[in-house]
Amino acid sequence: MTLPADAPHAAGTRHATERLRPSRPDRPEPSFAGTPPFPEAARTALANEQLRANLGRATATIRTKRAAVVAERADWEALRLAGAAIKDEVLRDLPALLEQLERAVGTAGGTVHWARDAAEANGIVASIARANGATEVVKVKSMATQEIELNEALRQEGIDVWETDLAEMIVQLGHDLPSHILVPAIHRNRSEIRDIFIDEMGRVGRPAPEGLTNEPAELAEAARLHLREKFLRARVAVSGANFAVAETGTVVVVESEGNGRMCLTLPEVLITVMGIEKLVPTWRDLEVFMQLLPRSATAERMNPYTSMWTGVTAGDGPQAFHLVLLDNGRTDTLSDTVGRQALRCIRCSACLNVCPVYERTGGQAYGSVYPGPIGAILTPQLRGIARHPVDKQTASLPFASSLCGACFDVCPVRIDIPEVLVHLRGQVVRQSEASHRLPTAEAASMRVAAWTLQTPRRLGLAERAAGLGGRLFGRRGTLRRMPGPGPIAGWFRARDLRAPARESFRAWWRRTDGGRGGD
Amino acid sequence: MSSPEVEPAGSSGRRATSAGDARETVLGRIHDALADAPPRVPIPRDYEHALPPGTDIAGLFVERVGDYRATVHRTTTAGLTATIAAALAAQRVTRLAAPAGVPDTWLAGIEVERVGDDPPLSFPALDRLDGVITGCAVAIAETGTIVLDGGPDQGRRALSLLPDLHVCIVMSSQIVGTVPEALARLDSTRPQTWISGPSATSDIELQRVEGVHGPRRLDVIVVE
Repeated sequence: MTLPADAPHAAGTRHATERLRPSRPDRPEPSFAGTPPFPEAARTALANEQLRANLGRATATIRTKRAAVVAERADWEALRLAGAAIKDEVLRDLPALLEQLERAVGTAGGTVHWARDAAEANGIVASIARANGATEVVKVKSMATQEIELNEALRQEGIDVWETDLAEMIVQLGHDLPSHILVPAIHRNRSEIRDIFIDEMGRVGRPAPEGLTNEPAELAEAARLHLREKFLRARVAVSGANFAVAETGTVVVVESEGNGRMCLTLPEVLITVMGIEKLVPTWRDLEVFMQLLPRSATAERMNPYTSMWTGVTAGDGPQAFHLVLLDNGRTDTLSDTVGRQALRCIRCSACLNVCPVYERTGGQAYGSVYPGPIGAILTPQLRGIARHPVDKQTASLPFASSLCGACFDVCPVRIDIPEVLVHLRGQVVRQSEASHRLPTAEAASMRVAAWTLQTPRRLGLAERAAGLGGRLFGRRGTLRRMPGPGPIAGWFRARDLRAPARESFRAWWRRTDGGRGGD
Repeated sequence: MSSPEVEPAGSSGRRATSAGDARETVLGRIHDALADAPPRVPIPRDYEHALPPGTDIAGLFVERVGDYRATVHRTTTAGLTATIAAALAAQRVTRLAAPAGVPDTWLAGIEVERVGDDPPLSFPALDRLDGVITGCAVAIAETGTIVLDGGPDQGRRALSLLPDLHVCIVMSSQIVGTVPEALARLDSTRPQTWISGPSATSDIELQRVEGVHGPRRLDVIVVE
């Protein structure tokens, strides 16, 4: 699409004759739709050695740094307890707090909109952008807008979105999908990023500097030069929110690069899309989260920049402010008394960085903008698992975990992710049973196990049988796979099993009188 | 992922009525979701609110700001102008933005063109300046943070954003120990920017690199 040279959008830019657009007609828009169930997606990801090397290096770096800045705070556990309690209070008092926020934002000159789902939120953003004559918007990285696929929705309305966060821009320029909550391009190394910049920047604006190397400082400089012209001409910006204070109507965006400050300060119109759970009740409550979040997210005592604004301020920043409050499955999540704790999440991504599964598969295997342990409990709930059966990919997510519990240990708001994973597994199994007239293979084997474990005699027989079976595999053998289809072969696809001992513990105890009678 | 009862968005003519429905629908869904009436529990606030008595708060602030690779200077009221002059000379600043509330004494005798913001400078004009000098509203020792709130010596937010050098003057009386102490001093109605070091990113292999979109150089001058 080409705009005439005198169109308001093109005036004053270096590219006055041709409208440069982020999407490429020669490539499909990247989408998580069609991601296979986790075990299959994980197998593909595991075969990518570059991905595993990039992820292994990056997560090891951030784990070490986080541990150091958290150890600095003797009161870390007290902060976590406060953070969890404040978020639980938010969930419990949500209707009153949202109405309080709405009044405070309105009093300060902002406008509050409500959106039941993604389509409604996208429609609100598009109509505000159109009403202001915008054909493009600059965007601060935000999980909520990724979740509702705002970029694609605006593109279909003829409005281009420029991602301004460095990692998000790498993903956008690379026609790629995000793989981490905080660092969406964590799966890319510096050389891949350099190549993307050289190939793609010139197509959408200022080209990458001549002779660009893969030095991170040079790559950051290239991003600065490339985006500056977009910041200076932008009239509408879209952001998410890390926190909103119900008491005062203050919205908070936490960032590092300054792209957030650019978007939140320079354009005339600011649209913020925020999940309804992102509230804190009082101004004072920020004292807890402004300590928990930076240390958990980027392993810093404080992130470089935090912007806080309340409505509009005459002569400073956007003169129109729209706040879109988004449900999109959050109330379904809230209805589950075990699963609702996932709504405490402040999107720090500490749980991703410590997860042995995430570290190996990367984020794209989860088929959602929310990857890793938090994604495994949040995505199925946002997709309505509490209300109705979900598709196979979604149903596979609660099983994408070894239940090691490292995620709970680092969670700044103490979400018991393993507890919710087990709870959701139960839901998946019950929904699967309900939809099958015959018992599934898994349900059948569980029934056999229950029968076997009911009496010591049945267990003893099973142990003898296992011991005999074990001899077939040698003394120290390992069972790696079982032939054929069916549940047993399926179980072995992701697991090894030591061959059963020739003698069960109970048989050994009887024979040796608990070890007193010799070996 | 859209629920069946929701009409397709995008037709702005219908939004006025559907917007009201959305509000009532979402609030209604929340009420239903909380039918179990979760119990109210007191919020434990057993975390630290202040640094231990006797802590050298200004010293800690200087150390922590330095950790972010900002440049930190310590001076006295008498030495302030000379320190500012040296910081500007080191970066060869010739044109410097200064909000109206920056005292003349800070820049007295310094060979630099002071550019005011009244009437407001255009963004491209701000972008072409060499630097900006501001005061601050409060500073936090524990995290090495300065907070601007648009006060007369700080100006509007764009002023301390577009120029590539930010020189920030911090009076030692403005430094508090902790984040809770800072929030207690701040006014939520004012637009705020919390700044901890120069612009930085960790987006490339999770290694911190200074200098992206905000000022790439931050000089903090602490006045005892």
